[in-house]
Amino acid sequence: MALLNDSVRTEVQKRLKELVNPVKIVNFTQKVECQFCAETRRLMEEIADLSAKLSFEVYDFVADKDLARKYRIDKIPATVIVGDKDYGVRFFGIPSGYEFGSVIESIVMVSKRESGLGAATKKKLATLAKPLHLEVFVTPT
Amino acid sequence: MESDKVTADMVEAMEFPHLSQRYGVMGVPKTVANGKGVAEGALPEEYLLANIFALIEKEAGS
Repeated sequence: MALLNDSVRTEVQKRLKELVNPVKIVNFTQKVECQFCAETRRLMEEIADLSAKLSFEVYDFVADKDLARKYRIDKIPATVIVGDKDYGVRFFGIPSGYEFGSVIESIVMVSKRESGLGAATKKKLATLAKPLHLEVFVTPT
Repeated sequence: MESDKVTADMVEAMEFPHLSQRYGVMGVPKTVANGKGVAEGALPEEYLLANIFALIEKEAGS
């Protein structure tokens, strides 16, 4: 059974019409999938099906450990939103509720290469000399 | 996206309780930068940015 119902699917499809450049959804799970791993993978598969500009790849956290390291994945379920390069956008855990919208927004941003941040913020971020790792903790609502 | 230096993770607090505990997540969204808490709740962009850069400057100074 599909995770997304018809009305959500239609809504997301409408939003994804804005996509400009192709986006790859890279998902890490494991052979024996944890509950949220399986659901996250299925959710991402269903999203990827909603636009021709989206592709989907699934990897095993253990068997594909070199790739996991490349994407700096240290826990699963993990999903990386990749454009022409890795823009550092990751989702750990199942993005349900409000965060489902965040995933769609991230896909649109990466596709358009537009973060939507203010001019002053962009300027400041461009000055970063060292790596900055941001983690935003959320709960499913 | 605005800098190759930035990695931005969304972490589902319930699924990774050890991390939530380490960072003392009491309310969401909680933002952690380089392992240090910089915001609890949704802050306006400029405040969040100011907190993050305050931390970076502190790191550079220590």
